[in-house]
Amino acid sequence: MAFERASGRKVNEPRAMEAKAGVIKNADGSAMFKMGDTIAYAAVYGPRDLYPKFMQNPKKGILRCNYNMMPFSGSGERVRPGQNRRAKEISMVTEKALLPVLELEDFPNAVVDVYVELPQTDAGSRCAGICAAAIALADAGLVMKDLIAAVSVGNLDGNIVVDLDKDEEDFEGPVADIPVAIIPSTGQITLLQMDGEITPEKLVKALELAQETCMRINEVQRKALKDKYAGE
Amino acid sequence: MIIPEAREHLLRALREGLRFDGRAAHAYRPIEITRNITKNAEGSARVKIGDTEVIAGVKFEVGTPFPDKPTEGSIMVNTELIPFSSPEFESGPPGIESIELARVVDRGIRESKAIDFKKLCIKEGEQAWIALIDIVPLNASGNLFDAFALAALVALRETKFPALVDGKIDYHQSSGKPLGVEKKPIAVTVHKIGDILLIDPTREEEHLCEARLTVTSMENDVLCALQKGGDGPLTVDEITAMVTLAIEKARELRKLI
Repeated sequence: MAFERASGRKVNEPRAMEAKAGVIKNADGSAMFKMGDTIAYAAVYGPRDLYPKFMQNPKKGILRCNYNMMPFSGSGERVRPGQNRRAKEISMVTEKALLPVLELEDFPNAVVDVYVELPQTDAGSRCAGICAAAIALADAGLVMKDLIAAVSVGNLDGNIVVDLDKDEEDFEGPVADIPVAIIPSTGQITLLQMDGEITPEKLVKALELAQETCMRINEVQRKALKDKYAGE
Repeated sequence: MIIPEAREHLLRALREGLRFDGRAAHAYRPIEITRNITKNAEGSARVKIGDTEVIAGVKFEVGTPFPDKPTEGSIMVNTELIPFSSPEFESGPPGIESIELARVVDRGIRESKAIDFKKLCIKEGEQAWIALIDIVPLNASGNLFDAFALAALVALRETKFPALVDGKIDYHQSSGKPLGVEKKPIAVTVHKIGDILLIDPTREEEHLCEARLTVTSMENDVLCALQKGGDGPLTVDEITAMVTLAIEKARELRKLI
């Protein structure tokens, strides 16, 4: 008895993905990552000097992420510009998701700025932002242990599904939305949040589905970098 | 930071009809316009002028008309020079540069009467549409004034009202009714460096210019907004030449939309 998703996708089927490296000329590294109708751009600036000076770390560089939905990007009313509490929290978890693969010891007192901008969203925006940011950091030439991939998994009326869209997130009934980021080579988890309802057993199933999907995302990310740098 | 030698160098090259990127003084970089680039906005557009890339999106709000204009709706233009788009921009609330940009774009649309504000009235004195236009730079490489104004105009021309159900907006439905932008006000910014007038400067060239004049003109060549910027003064003769040039370039840009 297979569960029918409104979109017609299989339970383990993410939306169509598209990725491109090097989309913002002014940035030191940049990328676009598209997951269905959610589009994320990431621009990386740095390593560059960090001011004010008291924020500097003489042992290693710091990572600073900023997640922002463009005012017209949501399906509801206009999102007021400026950092709201949600955007601040997502910026912070984005930072924590990416940091474990970065080697910033070579850049004391410096900052790597990652800006994520979303012109169009249909759920899964923090995950799409993280996927774009990982490609952008690699495009900036930073030494990284791996490319972080992220996807949301969820519990939809008792069924474990991957990559919830907005209609599924808004499902009236038992639903859990679990954004997960993964280091593909080790399977370790660097972002984990959840809201909704899920049993501990199903959580493990959901995380396994996230790991499996992140391997597929990782291929798309790698291809974006190869497309830009192959032949150079 | 302006290096005097750099200005002299640019000026000397310009007198010989050359720019850093090989363009003529009065030539735009290639312009590319894409319509409806985000499905969650009621209208949107992407404008590329050379390496400068910006996007504009329109959302609506239902508000109360101003007491002195009970039969009119309104527009609001907002921009943010996000650090995403240039190493020169910093995080934080909009600075004077982005406020000026938004206000110049706003005036160009408002004063051209391209949008009939009376058609934005839903119920006299009680309810009216407010069109919220946000313009975001993706890559800021000079001449944001012209790019922002063009993106806002194209986005507005693509805009359709959302559905209104019991006095509230249903964002998931479109009414299918276009906003109806009747005119094409085009902003052209003319920069002055020495005795040369420059169109569409790159960011490097912008830093070397002494003054700029943004001229917004309509199909009948009548002006609807002006904004002088930069530290240097302008003579009446210079202003006349700048306005003439801006009108001529506006006719070219208007053909693109």
